Amino acid sequence: MSKTKEKPKNNLRAWLYLTPAIVILLVFTVWPIINTIRIAFLCRWDSNLAAVVGYDYQTAMNPNIHYQFGFNNFVNVLSAGNSFLTALGNTMLLTVLTVPISTMLALLIAVALNSIKPLKKVFQTIFFLPYVTNAIAIGMVFAAMFSMVRRTPTTDPTSVGIINNLFGLFGGSPVNWMDRGSSYWANIAVLVIYIVWNALPFKILVLLGGLQSVNKQYYDAAKVDGASRWRIFWRITVPMLSPMIAYVVITGFIGGFKEYTSVVGIFGDDMGPYGKPGRLDTMVGFIYNSIPHNQGKASAAALILFVIIFAVTMINLYVSKKKVHY
Amino acid sequence: MKVVLEHLTKIFPSRDKDQGSEVVAVNDFDLEIPDGKLIGLLGPSGCGKSTTLFMISGLQAPTSGKIYFGEDDVTSLAPENRGIGLVFQNYALYPHMTVQQNILFPLQNLKGEQRLSKEEMLQRANEVAKLVQIDKLMNRKPSELSGGQQQRVAIARALVKMPRVLLLDEPLSNLDARLRLQTREEIRRIQRDTQITTIFVTHDQEEAMSISDFIVVMKLGVIMQTGKPQWVYDDPANLFVAKFLGTPPINVFTGKIENEMLYIGEEAVLEVKGIEDQEVYIGVRPEGFILEAEGKLTCAVTGVDVMGRDVSVVSTNPASLNPVVRSIISSDEMGNIGTEVKFSLKEHKVFIFNKETEERVYFGKQVAAHEEMVERMKAEGHTIREHNGPLPREADDKVQESRPVEEKKGFFAKLKGLFSKGKKKAPAEETPAETAEAPVEETPVEEAQAPAETAEAPKETASTSDAEAPSEQAAEAPGNTESEAKE
Repeated sequence: MSKTKEKPKNNLRAWLYLTPAIVILLVFTVWPIINTIRIAFLCRWDSNLAAVVGYDYQTAMNPNIHYQFGFNNFVNVLSAGNSFLTALGNTMLLTVLTVPISTMLALLIAVALNSIKPLKKVFQTIFFLPYVTNAIAIGMVFAAMFSMVRRTPTTDPTSVGIINNLFGLFGGSPVNWMDRGSSYWANIAVLVIYIVWNALPFKILVLLGGLQSVNKQYYDAAKVDGASRWRIFWRITVPMLSPMIAYVVITGFIGGFKEYTSVVGIFGDDMGPYGKPGRLDTMVGFIYNSIPHNQGKASAAALILFVIIFAVTMINLYVSKKKVHY
Repeated sequence: MKVVLEHLTKIFPSRDKDQGSEVVAVNDFDLEIPDGKLIGLLGPSGCGKSTTLFMISGLQAPTSGKIYFGEDDVTSLAPENRGIGLVFQNYALYPHMTVQQNILFPLQNLKGEQRLSKEEMLQRANEVAKLVQIDKLMNRKPSELSGGQQQRVAIARALVKMPRVLLLDEPLSNLDARLRLQTREEIRRIQRDTQITTIFVTHDQEEAMSISDFIVVMKLGVIMQTGKPQWVYDDPANLFVAKFLGTPPINVFTGKIENEMLYIGEEAVLEVKGIEDQEVYIGVRPEGFILEAEGKLTCAVTGVDVMGRDVSVVSTNPASLNPVVRSIISSDEMGNIGTEVKFSLKEHKVFIFNKETEERVYFGKQVAAHEEMVERMKAEGHTIREHNGPLPREADDKVQESRPVEEKKGFFAKLKGLFSKGKKKAPAEETPAETAEAPVEETPVEEAQAPAETAEAPKETASTSDAEAPSEQAAEAPGNTESEAKE
């Protein structure tokens, strides 16, 4: 009994062990966060430009220049007009489309995987591959698969993509997925397919883990109770997995709002098909593009993104509290 | 609904392809279960009782054999079409549904003509909830219920479809001692009220004996004996059954039959006319001893446990296979007990088993008594199954000639032994310490069991609430003795 009441004596040593991790976290995580918030609120009057400008590293070196606290960076972001709204709209659209699709697909695949025995490991490995593959590399493969024309503007379009070849096999006409003159929705379709495919492994892994921890007796009981497969899925499996589903959805939303690499991987850092740069820009893309010339604007945009993600996560948690059975 | 099991066999394939043979979980199980009775499948773990239950439920398919409910062959029917209710060992209540939703779930799954309106469903759920007395808990979640309440919900869920057969898998094993007594009465009452043929599985012989109309004792997938609990207790067909039933357990001795005399060790204790000379095991129920100066069996007394009405004399005998010989004597008959006691044996409490086959050897009046019992059971419509011939055995399943203290040693103990061999005196010191430990560990456990049994006797007539008090004492007893021992 006395042992548990004893105060830990080696407090100092414990702190010593923790120090490396704490230092690294302070320098590379905590300080950048604080600095981002600080920078987001710094701005100054530039007499040459005759405008209020945000913080940037080069001018910040000059000791004569002083920044003031203000909301001008946020005004800057919001008044950036179309480019910001495009980024926000694209991000929202991709998130809203990919999270439900990938979650449902992952659930179906996990249930299917859980109910087979032979080749289970093989399938698990196949589904897990995207997780360990470089996003840019996958993006380039997708670009090749979905392409229709060579990317030189002078030659005639020649169909090369495997997807369009498949379309051709079934008698369909090739679709311009992502090349010059492609439609916005075709671009989005490619992105959705890519993001869903890329998001599946993690979700399958989590849901499969959840499924394996569900007591088999519930299924036996449901069988005796005469429930059909469909009812067992909806009335037993889904509620039992609800904590995992909630987790997957919440992390899915957070990941969705940070979408960037998929666009860069497929469309390059123009963030759009040839001739339409910036059409597929996302929030993170907007932030990255602002960094070189205006860190203040980038920080303000980052804070706005943070607030959006925070709000959406809160809504998610609120909904899941009502729906999730723990 | 009568349930007939015909040559039911379940073989599980071996998991390793190279080594290990297939496992015969249930071997040629052949039994007719009469309508409206409560049947207990009883046996140690791994004897195939649960497998049998799951085959009746349809969750597992038999390797061979047939299952009939009444005249219908249900062998290949899916569980939901058999008309069974199944209560799982840990209840398997759906944790995300309320009690009411749990009970309604089987009704909501009904299709076609059987489909009920919402009002009918609710009415049925309420009726069955009243029957098991959980109608006030309908809006709770299973996690908000006690073990006993969960158990009732599970029974309600099983009953709501009005099954032809109710199956219970270890229904009491997750309950504490006090609740167990109460719940088994409850199960008995519900079964009597509904008159549904009920089959339940347990490894607890006391539980099975107390509520079953009929018990089936199993070992390694084979039926050892069937019959009314008291009959099986009074007339075991083989050594396994004799040892499995009864608390305190039966006392087993090695002995022999020579010139129509029964010897325990070297002492001639009973005359057995017309029985061939053979090596035997002798089982004597604790209540089968009579303290008499001219008794034939001599034992060295190690202790006397006073339990009020009865006295339990704990003694040792060189021929005993149990660590101690436990005899229950009425306290009136007990005189002064010295260091040695002499017992006479009650003939009908003495069972002789052939040493080779462990099969019962009936002698004297037992022959006629056994035949009469079989006739009476047949007259009541029971099928009689008694396992004769060699018993199924596992590789390590031998009658323990002595306490295998040495064998039970783990790897580290063996290592320690190796080291201590180097030191001179160590082994000599170790052995007495171990043997001295054994009885010390034994006594509090058996002490606790004995009052539990005596507490049961009045309970059969008394109502459940009355029965709580003594059982509570019984449950507390081991705790008390332990703490006292520590102090």
